Amino acid sequence: MAPLSDPGTVDPATVGGAAVEAATLTESAADGARTAGTVTFDLAATTVRALNSELHAPSATSYEVLRPQGAHAIAAGVHAPLTVDIRGHAGYYCAGMNDGATVTVHGSVGTGVAENMMSGVVRVRGDASQSAGATGHGGLLVIEGSASMRCGISMKGIDIVVGGDIGPMSAFMAQAGRLVVCGDAGDGLGDSIYEARIYVRGAAGGLGADCVEKELRPEHAAELAELLTAAGIEPTGAYAPTRFRRYGSARRLYHFATHNSAAY
Amino acid sequence: MTGYPPDTASLGLRESHTFDRATIAGIQRAAATGIYDVRGGGAKRRLPHFDDLLFLGASMSRYPLEGYRERCATDVVLGDRNARYPLHLAIPVTIAGMSFGALSAQAKEALGRGASEVGTSTTTGDGGMTPEERGQSKHLVYQYLPSRYGMNPTDLRKADAIEVVLGQGAKPGGGGMLLGQKISGRVAQMRTLPAGIDQRSACRHPDWTGPDDLAIKILELREITDWEKPIYVKIGASRTYYDVKLAVASGADVVVVDGMQGGTAATQDVFIEHVGIPTLAAIPQAVQALRELGLHRKVQLIVSGGIRTGADVAKAMALGADAVAIGTAALIALGDNDPRHADEYAGIGSAAGFYDDYQDGRDPAGITTQDPELAARLDPAEGGRRLANYLRVLTMEAQTIARACGKSHVRNLEPEDLVALTIEAAAMARVPLAGTSWIPGQGGAP
Ligand SMILES: Cc1cc2nc3c(=O)[nH]c(=O)nc-3n(C[C@H](O)[C@H](O)[C@H](O)COP(=O)(O)O)c2cc1C
Repeated sequence: MAPLSDPGTVDPATVGGAAVEAATLTESAADGARTAGTVTFDLAATTVRALNSELHAPSATSYEVLRPQGAHAIAAGVHAPLTVDIRGHAGYYCAGMNDGATVTVHGSVGTGVAENMMSGVVRVRGDASQSAGATGHGGLLVIEGSASMRCGISMKGIDIVVGGDIGPMSAFMAQAGRLVVCGDAGDGLGDSIYEARIYVRGAAGGLGADCVEKELRPEHAAELAELLTAAGIEPTGAYAPTRFRRYGSARRLYHFATHNSAAY
Repeated sequence: MTGYPPDTASLGLRESHTFDRATIAGIQRAAATGIYDVRGGGAKRRLPHFDDLLFLGASMSRYPLEGYRERCATDVVLGDRNARYPLHLAIPVTIAGMSFGALSAQAKEALGRGASEVGTSTTTGDGGMTPEERGQSKHLVYQYLPSRYGMNPTDLRKADAIEVVLGQGAKPGGGGMLLGQKISGRVAQMRTLPAGIDQRSACRHPDWTGPDDLAIKILELREITDWEKPIYVKIGASRTYYDVKLAVASGADVVVVDGMQGGTAATQDVFIEHVGIPTLAAIPQAVQALRELGLHRKVQLIVSGGIRTGADVAKAMALGADAVAIGTAALIALGDNDPRHADEYAGIGSAAGFYDDYQDGRDPAGITTQDPELAARLDPAEGGRRLANYLRVLTMEAQTIARACGKSHVRNLEPEDLVALTIEAAAMARVPLAGTSWIPGQGGAP
C-alpha cells in the first residue's frame, strides 16, 4: 500500500492497488445524486468525506457508491440501518465500526474491512486483505472470496463467514463470536484464542497456542448451518456442517503459570 | 523498608551495592515462587529527573513578574491542527489514561470530577469508557488501544479527543495484563471475556502496523467522528526522536510521550526497571523532532512519567512540552498510599509509601481494586475535591516559577531558563551544567 503523501487528506490518486471501475457509468453521479430513492456518490467526482458525512446524517436509506477507486474508510462509522452498495474495490477499513448498516462491496477490500463492527451486515463479493473483521463486536461479515492473514483477529462477538481461504494468524486472541471458513486456514490458527468458535471446512495449517480441535456436536452443526444460510451458502452437500471441523480454546492459558512459559 | 540497624557497620556488616537487600529479596522470591514479579507503579531506580534541573530566576538581566498581581496564564489548546473542536484546557496538567479495571469505577469518577473542577481533561484506558467517568468529565480523552477492549463507536463519538496508544513509558513494547482477581463481572463484560481469568492486552494493534498504516487508521478515526476530535498518539519513550517524527507524519494532532518513570497498573518489574528511557531524556528528543518538522506548538506535546510537583510541570514545559499528564500523583491525591491505612498495608505485606501491588486488587484505599467493599471506601466527590486541590497547587507552583522567570504564560518558559545539577541531566535535557555553559554531547546525533 502506497503511503499517503499527506495524511490529512484523502487523495485516491495516491492510493496503490485501486482498479477503477468506471466503464459502466451511464449517468454522471455528482455529489450525492438521487435516483429512485437511492443516493449515489461517485468517488471519482466527490470525496469520501462528503460520502461519510451524508451516511452519518442520512437523508435516505439506500446509497450507492460508484468508482470507489480503492479509497480508504469508505462507509466507516455508519450507525443507521442503511443499505450501501459499493461498486468496485475499496481500500482500508471499509465499513469500519459499522453499526447497523448493510454494506455490500462489489469488489475486493483492503485491510480491516468491518473492523470493530458492532452490528449490521458487511458483504465482500471479492477478496479481503489483512485483519478482516478485526475486533468486531457484533454483526455478520461475509467474504465471498478469500481473506488474508489475521482474519478475525481479536474478534469480540462478530460472526465472519469466508467463502474461500484465510491466511495465517487468523482469530488471534479471538474472544467471542464465530469464524466460518469454507476453504483452508493458514498457520497459527486461533493462537491464544478465548471463547470464539472456529469452523473450517478445508485444511487448517498449524494450530496456534491453546487452540485445539473440538467435537462438532449437534448444537454446533445447527449454529453453523444458520451462519452459512445467513451468508447465502446452502448448508448441504459439500457445505453440510458435517464437512467442517470445529476449533476452539483448550483454556489452558487462561491463567498465568510458569509451566506455560514455552507457550507464551 | 525498615531503617538500618544503627550498629551494622560497627558489627562489621557491610551491605553490597551489587547484592543489596532488595536484590537479595528478589532472588529469594524468584527461587521460592518460580514466577517473575508483577507490580504497579513506575521505575523505582534512581534516574536523572526533573530534580536535577534548576531554574534561573530573574534578577538584573531578566525581570520577574509580580507574584499574585501580574497575570501568568496557564491555558492550553490541544489538537487544533485538524480537529473542528480542539480541547481548550484551563491548566496544562491533564489526567493520564488509567483503565477501568485497573481502577475502580469510583476512582474513575473521582478523576473526572477533580479534573473537571479545574478545567482539565481526563482519559479513559484499557477496557473502555464508563458512564461514571463520561458523566463527570468535562473533557474526556478516549484511548484507542491494541486490545480494543470495550471499544465502540458510540463511546468514540462521545469522546472529546481520541488517543491512539502505541505504548507506555513503564513498558514500551509491552502489552497489558489484568490479573483474574480484578476481573469482576462488570470488567469482564465490558471486555467480552470470562470473569476471573488473567487478561492479556495485546502489545500491537490488530489492524495496522507501522506509520503508513497508522496514517490510514487516523484517517478512519477522523472519518468516523466527522473530523471533530483531536487525535493524540501516545508513545512510551524509547526511540523518541524517530517515534515522534513518525507519529506526526501519521497525522497525530497531539503527541503524548511517557517516560520510563511513568506508572502502570501491572507490569513485570524487570520491564518497568529496564526498558525505556527517562522522561528527562525523552523531552528534548521529542521537541527536536517537532522543531525539525516545523510543528513545535502546532502539534502539541504532552509529557508524562514522574510528574509530582509544579516544579516538574514548569520544567517539562520549559523543555518544550505544551502540557503534562499525571497518573501516579493523581492516585496519591485520591488517597493512594495514605498512612491512615498503615495497618491494612502491613496486613498485605506492604506499607504506606511503598504500596505498588495495583495488580493485586486488595488496595486498602479502594482505588486500584474491583472489590465492591474496598471500592466503596473512596467517595468520588471527596476524591475529586482532593484531586482538584492538588491540581490547583501544581498550577500555582508552576505559575510561581514562571513569574520568577518573567513569563506571562507558563508555556513561555524555555530551556534558557534552566540549568542542570549533574552532567547526566545536562546531557539529557540539553541545558548547561549549572555555573557553566557546558552542554555535554551538544551537536551529536539524537
Ligand atoms: C493504575 C494505572 C493504570 C494505567 N492504565 C493505563 C492505560 O490503561 N492506558 C495507558 O495508556 N496508560 C495507562 N497507565 C499509564 C498512565 O497513562 C501514564 O502514562 C503514567 O501513569 C504517567 O506517569 P506517572 O504515573 O508517573 O504520572 C496507567 C497507569 C497507572 C498508574
